[in-house]
This record gives sequence, C-alpha cells and structure tokens, in this order.
Amino acid sequence: MQIFHRSTNTLSRATIFGAVFVIAALFWAMAQIQRSPYVTYAGVAKPQPVPFSHQHHVTGLGIDCRYCHTSVETSSFAGIPPTKTCMNCHSQIWTNAALLEPVRESYRSDKSLQWTRVNQLPDFVYFNHSIHINKGVGCNTCHGPVDKMPLMYQFASLQMEWCLECHRAPEKFIRPREQVFNMRYEQPTSNKVVTVGDAKFEDQIALGRALIKKYNVRPPMDITTCSTCHR
Amino acid sequence: MMKDEQQIKSQGQDVCPGKKSQLKLEDVRAEIEKTSGPQYWRSLEELAGTPEFQEMLHREFPKGASEWLDSVSRRGFLRLMGASMALAGMTGCTKLPLEPIVPYVRQPEEVVPGRPMFYATAMTLSGYASPLLVESHLGRPTKVEGNPEHPASLGGTDVFAQASLLDLYDPDRSQTVTHLGDIRSWDRFVDGIRGPLTAQKALSGAGIRILTPTISSPTLAAQIKSLLSAYPQAKWHVYEPINRDNVIAGSQMAFGQPVETQYRLEGANVILSLDADFLYGGFPGATRYIRDYANRRNPDANINRLYVVESTPSATGVKAEHRLPLRASEIEGFAHALAGMVGVNAGGATLEGEQQKFLAGVAKDLQGNRGASVVMAGDHQSAAVHALAHAINAALGNVGKTVVYTDTVDANPVNQTESLRELVSDMHGGKVDLLLILSGNPAYDAPVDIGFADALEKTNVGMRVHVGLHNTETAALCHWHINEAHYLEAWGDTRAYDGSVCIVQPLIQPLYAGRSALEVVAFLGGQANANGYELVRGYWQKQHTAGDFDSFWRKSVHDGFVAGTAFAPKNVAMKGGNVPATNVEPGDIEINFRRDPSIYDGRFANNGWLQELPKPLTKLTWDNAALIGPAMADRLKLKTEDMVELDVRGRKVQSPIWIQAGHPDKSITVFLGYGRTRSGRAGSEVGFDMYRARTTTGLWFTNGVQIRKLGDTYKLASTQGYQTMETPTGERPLVQAATLEKYRDEPKFAKEGEPPTALTLYQPYDYKKEAYAWGMAIDMNRCTGCNNCIVACQAENNIAVVGKEQVVKGRHMHWLRVDVYYEGDRANPSAHFQPVPCMQCENAPCEVVCPVGATVHSTEGLNDMVYNRCIGTRYCSNNCPYKVRRFNFLLFQDWETPQYKMMRNPDVSIRSRGVMEKCTYCIQRINEHRIDAERADTLVKDGTLQTACQQSCPAEAIIFGNINDPNSKVSKLKSLDRNYSLLGELNTRPRTTYLAEIRNPNPEAEG
Repeated sequence: MQIFHRSTNTLSRATIFGAVFVIAALFWAMAQIQRSPYVTYAGVAKPQPVPFSHQHHVTGLGIDCRYCHTSVETSSFAGIPPTKTCMNCHSQIWTNAALLEPVRESYRSDKSLQWTRVNQLPDFVYFNHSIHINKGVGCNTCHGPVDKMPLMYQFASLQMEWCLECHRAPEKFIRPREQVFNMRYEQPTSNKVVTVGDAKFEDQIALGRALIKKYNVRPPMDITTCSTCHR
Repeated sequence: MMKDEQQIKSQGQDVCPGKKSQLKLEDVRAEIEKTSGPQYWRSLEELAGTPEFQEMLHREFPKGASEWLDSVSRRGFLRLMGASMALAGMTGCTKLPLEPIVPYVRQPEEVVPGRPMFYATAMTLSGYASPLLVESHLGRPTKVEGNPEHPASLGGTDVFAQASLLDLYDPDRSQTVTHLGDIRSWDRFVDGIRGPLTAQKALSGAGIRILTPTISSPTLAAQIKSLLSAYPQAKWHVYEPINRDNVIAGSQMAFGQPVETQYRLEGANVILSLDADFLYGGFPGATRYIRDYANRRNPDANINRLYVVESTPSATGVKAEHRLPLRASEIEGFAHALAGMVGVNAGGATLEGEQQKFLAGVAKDLQGNRGASVVMAGDHQSAAVHALAHAINAALGNVGKTVVYTDTVDANPVNQTESLRELVSDMHGGKVDLLLILSGNPAYDAPVDIGFADALEKTNVGMRVHVGLHNTETAALCHWHINEAHYLEAWGDTRAYDGSVCIVQPLIQPLYAGRSALEVVAFLGGQANANGYELVRGYWQKQHTAGDFDSFWRKSVHDGFVAGTAFAPKNVAMKGGNVPATNVEPGDIEINFRRDPSIYDGRFANNGWLQELPKPLTKLTWDNAALIGPAMADRLKLKTEDMVELDVRGRKVQSPIWIQAGHPDKSITVFLGYGRTRSGRAGSEVGFDMYRARTTTGLWFTNGVQIRKLGDTYKLASTQGYQTMETPTGERPLVQAATLEKYRDEPKFAKEGEPPTALTLYQPYDYKKEAYAWGMAIDMNRCTGCNNCIVACQAENNIAVVGKEQVVKGRHMHWLRVDVYYEGDRANPSAHFQPVPCMQCENAPCEVVCPVGATVHSTEGLNDMVYNRCIGTRYCSNNCPYKVRRFNFLLFQDWETPQYKMMRNPDVSIRSRGVMEKCTYCIQRINEHRIDAERADTLVKDGTLQTACQQSCPAEAIIFGNINDPNSKVSKLKSLDRNYSLLGELNTRPRTTYLAEIRNPNPEAEG
C-alpha cells in the first residue's frame, strides 16, 4: 500500500538538495548583515550635538588634522579637541551662530560637550594611532575622505578582517611619512610618481616594500600576532 | 568493605582535601619516621602522602571548582542550556551601542589622553611612610608603584601600599558627615562644635582630648601642637594597636632616651633576628631591608647568613639558614644567654641541647663578624630583648656600621598603652568634654582591660568626634563622624623609616568631599576653611627660609620627598649596667597576638585584595586561625579546622585551629584584625576577633592559656596545595636548592635531568630572528615571599576578587601565586618561596588543545590569551602542567559599582564569565614600550620595560626582559649555572626560569 504519491520522492530529493542552498543562503545573509552598515555603522553619520563639518574646516579652511587631534602622533588616542580649541576661533567668528550655542554653553558652564563616538572599536581591541602614523599609514587610509565629509561618518567597517587586510600586506597601503596628513595624497601610478629621497616610485607595491624596509615595519607574521591588538 | 567504600566516598566529597584533612597526625608521623617522604612538601598532607593529596595532584582545579554545586532545577538547567545553544553562534554578531566621547573644556597642560601620568606621593602605615609613584589615567589613580628615587623604596612597595588603591575606591568608605547616625553636612558640624569649643576656650581646653594613631607628619604634628598651645590644658593621646611601646621602652632602657634603630643590611654578613619579621611589609623599613638582604644573597659573591629565633613561623624565619623556634617568653632568655656569650651582660643562663648548639654557633659567627653583623629584635619582644640587642650590637662594634641610631620617626613617642589608659581614666573621671578621635578604631582594637569602648559608651563625654575613612565600630559610639579623605585625595606629609619627609600629593579630588585629619585639626585650631595644600606648603615655607622656596617646593613635590631631611645618625651612649631579666610566671601554654600579614590590625578588613591574598605560610584567605605546632596538635588530638575555645586568663575567644609546621610547642599564635562588625561588605563578620582576649599585660604574648576543643569544625579557605604541580617521574624536585658547599662542588646541580631541547614534536620556530624574545628569570634566592607581586598583578591586570566560598572551591583568580615548599622536619622546617606566573612555554601544551585558537603563540614567544575568542572549554588549563590558568567560573567582575569602573586599568580587558585568563607578561606594558621604542626607531632599552610583579618586587627577585639581547639582565641571569626550568623534563621550554636557591648554613650550628 502506497501512502505517498510517487512524486514525493522527487520532492523530498529536491527539498534535501534545496535545504543545502537555503542554509547556505541563511549563512550568507547573516554574514551580509554582519558586514552591513546596520551593524558596522560604516557610512552612517551619527547624531552629534553640533553638526561639525570636516569638509568645511579641512578643505575650506585648510586646517591640519593635528590642530585638533593633537595627540595622534604620541598617543594611542588621537584626541578630541577640548571646547577651548573650538573657541580659539569661534570667540572671534560666528560668535552668534545658533548652531554653535552648545559650544559656547560648554565654554561658559565648564561642562564638556558630549559627542557621539564615530570610530568605535570593541573594548577588547587596543588600537594605537601613534604607531600607525609613524609607519606611514595615512589618515584617510582608514578614515576615508574626511575632507569631503560635511558630517563625519565612519569610513571603514573597522572589523577585524578589514584590519588584517593591511596587517597582512602593509605594502599595499603605506605611504611616505610626510604624506600621512595629506588628504589629497594619491598612490603612485605610471602617471603620478612618488619620490622618497632620491628614489622614484611608479608602483605602490614597490613603494610599500621600500617603505617597509625604511620604516622597519615588522613583518606580517609579527603584526598579525593576537597580542598586537588584543590583551 | 562497605564501610571502607563509604569512607572513601565521604573523603572524596571534600572540596579541598588540604583543609578538611581526614588527615591523621599519627599517619604523618609514621610517614616521616619511615623517612621516605618527599624532600620538599607543600603541606602536611603532602608529607603524609594522603590519598586526598594524590587526587589534588591529578586535578586541574580542586574538586568542586568545575562542578555546579549550587542546586539548580532541571527546568532551569534546560533553559540555560537552550539559551546557550541559541546564542552560541550569535555571540560574534553584536552591534556596538553608541558611545559618548567627552573631551575636556580646557585641557590641562601635559595631559595626553591615552597616556598615563605618574605622581609621587606616599602612604603612611603606623607612622612609617612608603614612598610611592602612582599611575593616573585622566585623573583616575589606577596603580601604585614604589618611588625608585627614594631610599626607603627603591621602586619596591609592600602589600598594603599596593592594595591601598582598592581602599580609595572602596564603595563602603564613609561618604558623608554623620551625627548620631544621620547624614549631616560639614557646615552643621561646624555649627555643632562652635559651642563646645567656645566653652573650652574659657577652660583653656581642659576638657579637650585628642586621640591619634602614631603620627610622623611634621605638618600635622605642628598643627596639633598649635592647637594644644591655643588650648594649653588640652591633651594629646596616642594609641595604635600595633604600636612600638616595647621598642621605645627598650631604647629608654639602653640609652635613656627614645631612638629609632635603622639597620644597614648591605654590610651585614651575619644577621640574627630575635623574633623580628623584617622581611615582610609592616616592619618599618621592610621594603628597603628586603632589597639590602636580597643584594647579599648572591652565592657567587659574598652571601650573608641569617639566623632567626622566632615564636611563630614567619616568611623571614623560613628563609633563614638557621631557625630556632622558641616560645615568645623564652626569647628573652636566649638574648640574655647570647649577651653573656659576647660578654656584655652577666648572668645569662645556659641553654640546653639544640638551643645551646644554635646559640654557640650564632655567637661564634657574630663574634667572627664584628662590625659586619646585626642583631634585630621584633616589635613584640620585651623591652629587655631590645635593650640586650642594643648592647650586643654595641659589643660587636656594629653601631655606626650596620646599626644606626637616629631621632624617632614618631613625632610623639610615648607609651601608647599608658596614653590610652590615661585617657580612659580621664573619661571616667569626668574630665573629658570634647574627644576628637583622629583615624584609628580604638573601640574595636584597644586592649579589653582598658575598656575604651565601654568608656566611650558609658561615660559622660559631651561631644565625641571621630574622623575616619570608614564608619567603624568607634564611629558608631561617637556623636559626630567626619568622613576622612584617603591619602590619594589629600595633601599631607609623612616620614619614611629613615626620617626623610615625603610629601603626600593627592591624585584625585576627594570622591566624597572628605577632609584630611590635617584639615580637621587646622579647623579646630581656628583656621576656618583650612586647605591641606596651603597647610603643608605653609609649614615648609616656614622651614625653608634660605633660598628660593618655590623651586624647592616644586622639586620636593615632584620627587615626592624633601631632600636632606633624612635623620643624621645620632651618637647615643649606652647607660651601662645589666639588663634585668623580666619575671615571667611559668605557665603551660602561651598565646601570641600578631598583626595579620594581610589585613594588618584590621584597618584593611574591607579590602578584598588583601583579604583574598594568601598569607605567606598558611596560604589562608578571608580568615584567621589559631596556629599550633604539630607536636601540640598530636598531644591535644586537634586537627586543622577544629574549633577550639581559648581561655586567656578568663577571657574567652573561639577560633579554628591551623596546624603550622615549625610552630614552637606549647604556644598558640592568633592574628588580630578579624571579626570586625562595622567594616563593610568584605570585612564585616569575617574571621574571629582576637582583640577580645588581648590585655595590657599580654599585649603581644601571655601564658596561662586554656585550650578546649569545641567539637565542631570550621571551613578555612587556604590555597595551600590548590595548584599543586606533579613531577612526571616524581624524582626531579620542583624547587632546586642546595647548600653553598654543594653548589661550589657541583654548580650545575639544578640542571640535572633536563632533557635535550632538540627533540620535540612541536613545530620549531626560530625566535632568534625576532627583535625581541621575552623571558623572565626568578631568583629564588632573593624571593622572601612578601606577596607584593600577587597584589601588584591583581591591580595591574584587573583581576577579580571572588570571595571565601569561591576560594574554598578553588576558583580564586590570582594569575601569580607564590608556592611554599617546606623542607626538613615538620617541627622546624625551612621553606622555599617560588612565585609561579605563566611560564610562557615555547612548546605550550595549552595551545594545541584549544579548539578555537583562543590561546596561540606570538612571534616574540608569548603565549597569547585572546579573551574575546575564548569559549570556555577549559581544555587549556586541563593541559597546563603548571596550573597557572584561571577560569571565570562565574561572573566575578563587578560591572556595576561605579567606583570600580574608575579603578580599573584601561589598558587591560575586563574578563567576564566563562573566559579563561592567565598571566601575559603584562602584554599591555610590552606593547606600550615596544611602540614607543619603534617610534624612536630604537629597541626597548633593557630595564625600562618592567612587568607589574617585577616592578613592585622589593627584592628584585623577578627580572624580565629580552632574551635575544645577550647583554640584557635577564639573559645574564639565565646563563648562570643555577638557572633551571620548572618541570623542564617535559620539554615545554618555559620562558620563565628559576635560579636555584643556595643557602649558606653554618656547619657549627647544625642541629
């Protein structure tokens, strides 16, 4: 006695076969969600007390990164400017702008501005700005075109796979130290030659290798050791 | 048969066999008499080779650690498991919450966010300062270090200074002014005291009494004196339970004046300690003495020799080449006999047997080292012993060489017991109207026969004011309680043991608007709104009249001490004449009252770091016990953990028993500081209050003690034997030690049995090509078991406190432990201290078994632990032969209390439940120094990068550095013949190695 129709066999085969794809699709979807801006905040402008424009201050006014982010070359933390730094200029210009009221209020009341952290790493990751600057990692390599951001957002995913892209092959990214704060720096090509001392480079990999040697960048094996970032 | 099985089962259920001890002392004795016991043993259980000990040896954690012993319903279990399954794969998929970032409004000069700053300050304990350097992260003190520039520290600290950080952030600290228990403001106190002060003004202060602990602060002493001159009839009383009355009396007896005795141990070939525990924190100058002692422990140079006569086993005693356990009352007799032999004091009785041999040996050795020997007496020994020690030192020509006399550090060196007694009689006499108690807790810790608490409660003192860090037992009996500022919150000054003045510099605004004792006294003296900074600065401005004060002041604050203030040696003449013998009534059993090695006199009772710190020999945590010797235990049929009642001349206290190898017979040692009732979440109702049996006639020891077994037992949390390593062959000992003679014959004795390192199944890695290969050498000859490294590690690495119950289950979290290995007869063993951090094996057994790659090797040879990857399988700790891994069985970290958030080191992850953790050689420090060096395009300079344990070690026993650099200190130590690997026969190639201990016994004093 046959309870199921003969077609059930095919159906069940198809289901089993299909299940593999469904599960794979689920994993894929989860991986996509995990890497999506929804989770990583990449490209998302977070709410801030003052809509500070890096574009205006960097491109428009030509202020160097280090005017505000003072400890970037010496400390793990690049530094968020104290209200005083804002007021250096804004006690003179735009003194009545409504947008800047929170800044003036902070200065008057001696209460800090509460910004929302844009580039945020998990607590178990210990990133150090100073060493990256020192080894020729440009600001915009990680932070993106900050000079073109009216509102600041996180450029990269800041996930470990993204960090490892560079830690496994630093030659693909590093640039001469004097170009680190140059937001317009472009990697060398045959049309755009980058000079380091007397040497001229038309190719990033060649430049990267030369700089690795020059700056004593530790080999990938060393800088992908867990304790480089985790402790 | 059935019965046997049952018995075994019930034994197996013991959480820790080390404590409960179905141990029969007869077995121990039988075992020892067979002389087949191990050469080195960690506990009496091991000596006897009990089955419980064997089980412990084979376990990864003690029994009970890895079991869920709390009752849980089946449904609860399933819910938990279901949730874990569902979440297992999802833990990586978290979305970070938005986080605020808060810059300064005006950033202070020199503050660089992300980089710590260091400030010099000092902590005072019973009048003696520990000069410190304190690390601060954006205004939060996070770690206490010794001040390397000050001769009393040289970079080392003691456990109390290390743990004082936790006191600052103690959430149970008194946070407000109270009046009769109700919250009041400071202004209300000001109003409240105005009337009584005005009334006293008319009486010249006849009703004012100030009770302080020992004070060495010049500014505070000057303030009190100015208060006394404003109220000439007022009186200043001093009381501290761990006082130095005997020391002062001894110096009065010898010189007719109180003097401070300092020792110069670097020049001492022979040291005799008469009950002085000078190698453990709390002894004035211990930090420096440990360094000087350790510097003379090099067997290849001129090694010193230590003799100790002591009434209770101490870390100092077991380090000695020759140790003589005597009852406290017998030590005076020994001192008399010794004095007779060096010809200073006639009438010394002769001793017998062992004692005579010891005496003859030490006397000859001392006489052979005239001017290069030291005789020290312990604070709790009678005045006569101190006077005899002075006389012997003088006779041996040591004065001016290894012994130096100076003015006293104590600003008011009176007999404190008498001082307190006088105060109480004044209180009873109705002479006291206004009593100010500045710190201290006399209602709890005064001798019972003085009846201080009673007097506070029942006499008619119009106004009683208590100033203190905690709302203590004493505060409860006072009208007003003023919350005191911690030393890290307030300005002050103090003196180190050498008399040099240290400036106490605050690192943080008072968390609870507390006031320092100095400010309160200045206020009472009529300076409204007195500010600590101006008081201290003002005082020194008056002292420093010549030259530019501003630069002098800046330099003093910066350095942490005022240059040139150390006391100059003083010429004091011996009074001469015989030191009379103190009459001691013969009694059967004696009792010793001692300060606790961890919580001192009870003031640190609420400090979890200290409570959980295993005491140097017993390894007890969270409790005190009555220590007795094995022979006495045999006689009285007592076992460890048996409850007894001690009847000290009519005053009864209860205590559990701890059998301590090496304790003199017919004597009991109890430790003060426990049994507090108003201490806080950690310290209240913990342990047994021994002050209830302490009287003025028996402050330190007395006889006539009755001991009665109560029949029940009490669980003690001792970590002794918890992480017990097993030797695979059972032959090569874990500690390597030899006499100087043997070492000279056979310098490489410690390396015996180490396998050739070429043979291994592990994939080899060429560490030589790296810039750095980190390694550590621990010199067991220098280590004195002072426990500093444990607390330093705990503070640096955010290690959780787990509590007594969890320690009993073996779940304590210390990354670094100090193992004690006894050697010899249980009646008088010597011992070896072995600090055990992670060995950072090159062939690490833990790494190959981790299923998730959470513990992997770095190219610099570190055994990295990646907390965020760890899923808690515990395979790694199971495979670790050194048992150095610790597992967060429960949520031990306090994530809620705001104070603790401020305390933690921001450079180290805080581990949560279910995560394995272990020593990382302070990887945060390695990274910081490596990055700084790389930025400067150099290599890390040897000696600048120190691990937390190394930095705090007063003995410099722990040396860390780059073993790829042949000139580094650690490389040089590792190339010594004494260097050996712990369990080297396993070929794990540990990066941490040990230098074998070499002792320098005197053949003539051998028993």
